[in-house]
Amino acid sequence: MTASFILLAVLTVAGTAAAMSMRNAVHCVLALTLGLTSVAMLYLQLGAQFVGFTQILVYVGAVAILAVFAVMMTHNDKPMDLPDSHSAWIAGCIVAAAVFAVLARAIVSSAPTVQAQPQPAATVQQVGDALMHRFVLPLEIMGLLLTAALIGAVVIAMDRREEMK
Amino acid sequence: MNSLQSYLLLSSLLFSIGLAGALTRRNAILVLIGIELMLNAANLNFIAFWRYGTNPDALTGIMFAIFSISIAAAEAAVGLSIILAAYRHCRTTDLDRMNSLKG
Repeated sequence: MTASFILLAVLTVAGTAAAMSMRNAVHCVLALTLGLTSVAMLYLQLGAQFVGFTQILVYVGAVAILAVFAVMMTHNDKPMDLPDSHSAWIAGCIVAAAVFAVLARAIVSSAPTVQAQPQPAATVQQVGDALMHRFVLPLEIMGLLLTAALIGAVVIAMDRREEMK
Repeated sequence: MNSLQSYLLLSSLLFSIGLAGALTRRNAILVLIGIELMLNAANLNFIAFWRYGTNPDALTGIMFAIFSISIAAAEAAVGLSIILAAYRHCRTTDLDRMNSLKG
């Protein structure tokens, strides 16, 4: 465990925990961008450059902006996120803590034999080669899926009352 | 504890934070964000296993992560548009008050 890993881990956990616990939804999304950027830095530290920059582009650039727009479009003057009912909050936290305890116990008790390997090379060129040769069919299917999701999102979000008048 | 285990622990912590958010928040957008956090934890696992696993030259972990990020983006777009449509109908994004299937 290096110092940079500890720093990034603290930033990730702080950002995401703030995103899940703040009152104001816009503040939550802003804290989320901090957490997701730190996850991207972790990807860069692991040597996955392409995934790291994709994470920044897709999550910080697109998903967070989309979430901010959704928060602003559904903004009510009434305080929407009233204090959650206390018992439900405690129950949710207990369930999450139990899940974490099980996962952490499994991770700590298993001792994967990991030799110190040299940093594997994953340049953008190699990733592009793999996407265009070995994984070309999944890539095409993904393009189809994204097109369908785009059209579906527009159709669902369209206001139909104007047409009906 | 070796470095793979520390990445796995961080990722399970991220998953638990997302799970706690998805279970406790009442704003539908924040529930969706919690689900995105859980997907991110899975991606971090993919990359950590790619880095410390055997045969990293096959790039399979990276490919899994790239496709998973694309699917998460599509899911976020469709999910947020569903929330917008539901808001137009119910005038709220509070999940506790969106409690009828029939309008």
